[in-house]
Amino acid sequence: MNTWLRQHLAAFRRALRRLWAAPLNTLLSLLVIGITMTLPAAGYVFLDNLKTLGKSAAGVQQISIFMQTGASADVVKGVEQHLEDKVPGQWHFVPRETALNRLKSTEGMAEIVASLPRNPLPDAFIVEPRDASPETLEALRESFASQPGVAHVQLDSAWIKRFDAFLRLGKLAVSLLAAIFAAGLTAVTFNTIRLQVLAQADEIQVARLIGATDAFIRRPFYYSGALQGALGGLAAGLIISLGIRALATPVAELASLYGSAFALQGLSPQFFALLAGIGAGLGWLGAQLSVSMALHQME
Amino acid sequence: MIVCSGLTKRYPGGYEAIKNLGFEIAGGDMVFITGHSGAGKTTLLKLLGAIERPTSGSLIVNGQNLTALRKAALPYLRRNLGLIFQDQKLLFDRSALDNVLLPLEIIGLPPREAQRRARAALDKVGLLEREKANPIALSGGEQQRLAIARAVVNRPTILLADEPTTNLDPDSARQVFDLFAAFNQVRVTVIIATHAPHDISGRKPRLITLDHGRIAP
Ligand SMILES: Nc1ncnc2c1ncn2[C@@H]1O[C@H](COP(=O)(O)OP(=O)(O)O)[C@@H](O)[C@H]1O
Ligand SMILES: [Mg+2]
Repeated sequence: MNTWLRQHLAAFRRALRRLWAAPLNTLLSLLVIGITMTLPAAGYVFLDNLKTLGKSAAGVQQISIFMQTGASADVVKGVEQHLEDKVPGQWHFVPRETALNRLKSTEGMAEIVASLPRNPLPDAFIVEPRDASPETLEALRESFASQPGVAHVQLDSAWIKRFDAFLRLGKLAVSLLAAIFAAGLTAVTFNTIRLQVLAQADEIQVARLIGATDAFIRRPFYYSGALQGALGGLAAGLIISLGIRALATPVAELASLYGSAFALQGLSPQFFALLAGIGAGLGWLGAQLSVSMALHQME
Repeated sequence: MIVCSGLTKRYPGGYEAIKNLGFEIAGGDMVFITGHSGAGKTTLLKLLGAIERPTSGSLIVNGQNLTALRKAALPYLRRNLGLIFQDQKLLFDRSALDNVLLPLEIIGLPPREAQRRARAALDKVGLLEREKANPIALSGGEQQRLAIARAVVNRPTILLADEPTTNLDPDSARQVFDLFAAFNQVRVTVIIATHAPHDISGRKPRLITLDHGRIAP
């Protein structure tokens, strides 16, 4: 085994030993880190579930594409071709005459329509895309708005738009929350590692005097911070999983009342790994800041 | 092995504890640094051990000029020195064996080899049976011998000891000096600071006597 690897292994073992030597402290800081990570992670999971709810929402989503009033037949053909090529799903063309006739047949409108000097209505397409997720609808709206001859594209489902806006807001809120709590987590490890460094002051002083490098002294604390962060991340995953398990049945019952088969998704192993990874990274960072400062003070 | 000239140490605050010293110590020598309290013995040992930096002059230890040594090179220099501090600096949160293991962990020795060497060092100072004991449970003489075991476990070429027998009864002091003599027999350079020359037993070792930071005539 090469020396570098052995020294890292030894540092890792020393970190474990130090965590193990103060089990109550370790447990408490794991709990603090776990709870710190739970809130933003739970927010993320909640939004993720809402997104699938949006996708599976009942009702067909429509897009109306209104052409400019003077649009030529060629230009209309172009849009038709674009629909043919790019949009899986159903669509139909509503010529301006048809639209006017429909308007005429609406009660109370006949006389008003008759009094118009000419047909003010544009040609239009009504599109029902197969994939009706908010992102896809939004993308389609943009792609048709930039087509020549198109005057206006309207997403007919107002609630989907509101829902989408809500999701966006939620995402922003979760990101802000995550940033704040990341700072909090860094601060928590900063403090626990600082206490560890102070508790090891004698060993650090002796080790320096008998030939320890800076890296030898720092490494175990980095591992300790990373380890606490990773375990705290797993604790957060566990807390959220328990929450989901508790909520799953009532949510499914509620959804079935609305005729939906929506069910809360449990956490994937990848998400657990992500939480552990983020925790480890932030723990390492907190330890790095803390050790630099504590060692500086000790000199 | 150790060469100094014009060696001067001025502490922050301006006090000159070592003034313009010049001497040589050859490899395998055994040297006592003596002098009244406050003469500068501890300061000189700290300079030799690269714990304090010379203010001026040159000091060469194991071929390295300590006046100009980069900070990053310090740990590697210290690994070739065995330091025995006046206050011993044993760690009381672990066993005697773990105290002796620390220098070996620092150089990254494989655990099994480290255990073997640490036990051999404990055996040499007569503490193998006490390997599991906490240093706090050891007598003054045993603590001093434990400190020696930790200092020699890395097989240093130079041993530096500061007042190693000051607080020991005559028997324990004799044991400690016998140990130093034994290491000196195998060509380890031994440098001992002591204010009590009657510590010096049997052999006729070399003396460097300090007086207010200068070599006494
Ligand atoms: N860190 C320090 N700062 C300022 N003065 C010091 C320091 N260490 C020692 N001294 C002074 O240097 C002189 C020599 O001290 P020291 O080397 O400990 O002498 P000895 O070990 O021979 O008793 C003393 O006068 C002491 O007060
Ligand atoms: Mg002294």
